[in-house]
Amino acid sequence: MSIIDQTIEWFGEPNRWSWTDPAGVPYRTVEHLQFSSLALAISAVLTIPPALWLAHYRRAQFLATSAVNIGRAIPSFGLVILFWFLAARLEVDTTFWPLMLALVALALPPLFTNTYAGVVQLAQETVDAARGTGYREWQIMLRLELPLASPVILAGARVAFLQLVATVAIGAIVNDGGGLGRYIVDGFALGEPGHGEILAGGIAVVVLALVCEGVFALVTRWVTPRGLAIQSRADARS
Amino acid sequence: MFPVPAQGGRPLFEWRWVDRHLDEIFERLGEHLTLTAAALAIGLVVSIGVSVVSLRRRWFYVIALSTAGSLYVIPSLGAFAVLVPFTGLTSFTTAVIPLATYTLLILIRNIVTGVEQVPKEVREAAIGMGFTRSRLLWQVELPLALPVVIAGLRVAAVTTIGLVTVTSMLGKGGLGYFIRNGIQTATPNPTSIIVGVVLSVVLAVVVDLLLWLGGRALAPWSRKAASR
Repeated sequence: MSIIDQTIEWFGEPNRWSWTDPAGVPYRTVEHLQFSSLALAISAVLTIPPALWLAHYRRAQFLATSAVNIGRAIPSFGLVILFWFLAARLEVDTTFWPLMLALVALALPPLFTNTYAGVVQLAQETVDAARGTGYREWQIMLRLELPLASPVILAGARVAFLQLVATVAIGAIVNDGGGLGRYIVDGFALGEPGHGEILAGGIAVVVLALVCEGVFALVTRWVTPRGLAIQSRADARS
Repeated sequence: MFPVPAQGGRPLFEWRWVDRHLDEIFERLGEHLTLTAAALAIGLVVSIGVSVVSLRRRWFYVIALSTAGSLYVIPSLGAFAVLVPFTGLTSFTTAVIPLATYTLLILIRNIVTGVEQVPKEVREAAIGMGFTRSRLLWQVELPLALPVVIAGLRVAAVTTIGLVTVTSMLGKGGLGYFIRNGIQTATPNPTSIIVGVVLSVVLAVVVDLLLWLGGRALAPWSRKAASR
């Protein structure tokens, strides 16, 4: 039986399209998205406020510029396994926290750097104008710098989310749930007969990543302040 | 999926283990470097080709960038999984193809931007001296774009070194072998995990530094720009 047949058969198995059965692709997709979205949300809460504050007062410049480079050097695979091992050693439940902490750690650098860069690149005149009209510092941060930096912040969130979706798949190696990576890891464990499952899982992960990317592009367009959008359209035309 | 290790397992770090596995560590380090170098070399050759065409045809650049962008989005494990049935479970090709494709986005973008930012006067001077279009590209524009290309290459190298660890899922070696092996033995071996992770980070930093130094040597005029 060819691999393609094997894969088609795999997708055709009963329960494969169930939302409630762990064998179901929709069930694993939801699990995958839950894990990655929660990690993104936690990271956003942890990074955006301090980055906004630090950027407003132009502090920790070095950290902001080097964070992404440091983050890039850390192997996600190693981080997941390391956290899982430490949790097991410390007798913490290994099904949720180790993977979640590894994910958050991986999402922090791009979010922090982009928030910082998005705020720092704003024209000083804009900030001064707001100050002149009587805005307090916290109002400048929340009502001016945050919205104006939002396209750059979202670009960072997109990079982070991409990394998260990829890492949740890897996390299936040690995690019981593991989202769509479950099929790939299980397939690898089976060897030759698992090729159909590996391919099916691979396709599912790739499709999910591409869909997420598309959704992110839409969200960016939706969240960007209207004035900025008009301006960038004008820039593109000129 | 794996049994949770019993308490009071092995100590967190054993120099003795490192000492006993030195030969293997160097072997895996070599594998890691080979995979990285192969992926970067393939990525660079493809990117230069694509960039040369992109510089002449704008629509091609748009297509090339969005294709490279979509490929970049694909999760590493997913990419390996999709390739396994066609190129084999433990083949070099299965590992190298995704690794090389991840370098394309950044390399193409940096080569094209690097060439485009060459000052108009330089270009005009070269044309005035009788340079043909391709000589202009290979002897003036690309060399002047070198600092930007190297900057892209550094990012690509660091990312690739991290991703090579995932290829241990394919039974490929590299430092990921130690990470994976650390939880696959009867009693998990933290030393093995730590050695894998730390060496991977160190390798990324060292390669990044070497490329930076190489870039400085090849493009001495860019010292000021590169130090930024």
